[in-house]
Amino acid sequence: MVSVISNLIIPLMVLLVILYGLFKKVDIYDAFVDGAKDSFDMIAKIFPCILGMLLGVNILLNSGLLDYIFNLLRPVLSFPVEVLPMIFLRPISGTTTLAILNDLLANYGPDSFIGRLASVIQGATDTTLYVLTLYFGSVGIKKIRYSLWAGLAADVAGIVSAIILVGLFFGN
Amino acid sequence: MVNIIWGIFIIVGSIYAIVMGKAEVLNNTILESAKDSLEMLFKIFPVMALWLGIMNIASVSGLLKKISDKLSKVLRVLFPDIPKGHESLSLIASNIVINMFGLGSAATPFGLKAMEKLQELNHKKDTASRSMITFLVINTSGVTIVPTTVISLRMMYGSLNPTEILLASLLATAISTTVGIIIDRWLARRYG
Repeated sequence: MVSVISNLIIPLMVLLVILYGLFKKVDIYDAFVDGAKDSFDMIAKIFPCILGMLLGVNILLNSGLLDYIFNLLRPVLSFPVEVLPMIFLRPISGTTTLAILNDLLANYGPDSFIGRLASVIQGATDTTLYVLTLYFGSVGIKKIRYSLWAGLAADVAGIVSAIILVGLFFGN
Repeated sequence: MVNIIWGIFIIVGSIYAIVMGKAEVLNNTILESAKDSLEMLFKIFPVMALWLGIMNIASVSGLLKKISDKLSKVLRVLFPDIPKGHESLSLIASNIVINMFGLGSAATPFGLKAMEKLQELNHKKDTASRSMITFLVINTSGVTIVPTTVISLRMMYGSLNPTEILLASLLATAISTTVGIIIDRWLARRYG
């Protein structure tokens, strides 16, 4: 049931967009090609960030330091420690957690419990620190007041519910 | 912030690896990271292009605007400080709608423009206004219906069902946003 609903979300969305476009007599094909063209710019913009973040994250991960720390935590946690780096880095950098998600999917498989949990965590929250820095920075706001606390509270809520929901839906 | 974190990753990781006698692993890691990043990019690229294409149809046909207009009405409740019909509200709505499709970077231009408009309403120019904070809390709690990149990565790694995580992800993001808004309201009242 869960997977039937999940599988329908994307096709229905695409269908809605196409039908509405036809209904409004838009050149849907041209619009599609035009939009897809923008991906070149975006990819060019994010490539340096991904390169830099992968370098940093890979050095940290492959050094074995995190394994050492997380193994100490393993007995006290009720979910796989492998997702801990993601949880801690999620509010800081989107590209970093994307890199870690990439690693986890490659190592454990996308249909493993770890793979599913990591996928949901990535999809459920956003990079609070990055967004606050960028958005407030762009208009010259220096005093950000309680925004960081509210943003982090939302992140914690998202991650905790991700762990509970994946446990409920897919079993441990 | 990112400067410090990135630096710490590299310094701490390198020193630990060298001390533990894993200089060879470290060496390979540095060189292979470049190759890995390009591979990762190739995985994200096609799916991103696909969604930007679909989103552009929605934008040209006016569907996006229609959804934002509907959303603006709901948003008025969350942003009591914004005057009726002010441009910032529809910009915020567009930003949220695009974010819902998991296209964070495509949403950013709308978000930054919204901040500019909110700053015009702001009395203390160096201090975040209540509306700004509410907007960013909604934005950072990641209201995502379709986590585009996650699905593409799952697909690339051969998942039997790449989209099976959608419902869980949708519920988690809804809870996260709700909690964010409640905490935001509470803190706004406390700190005025």
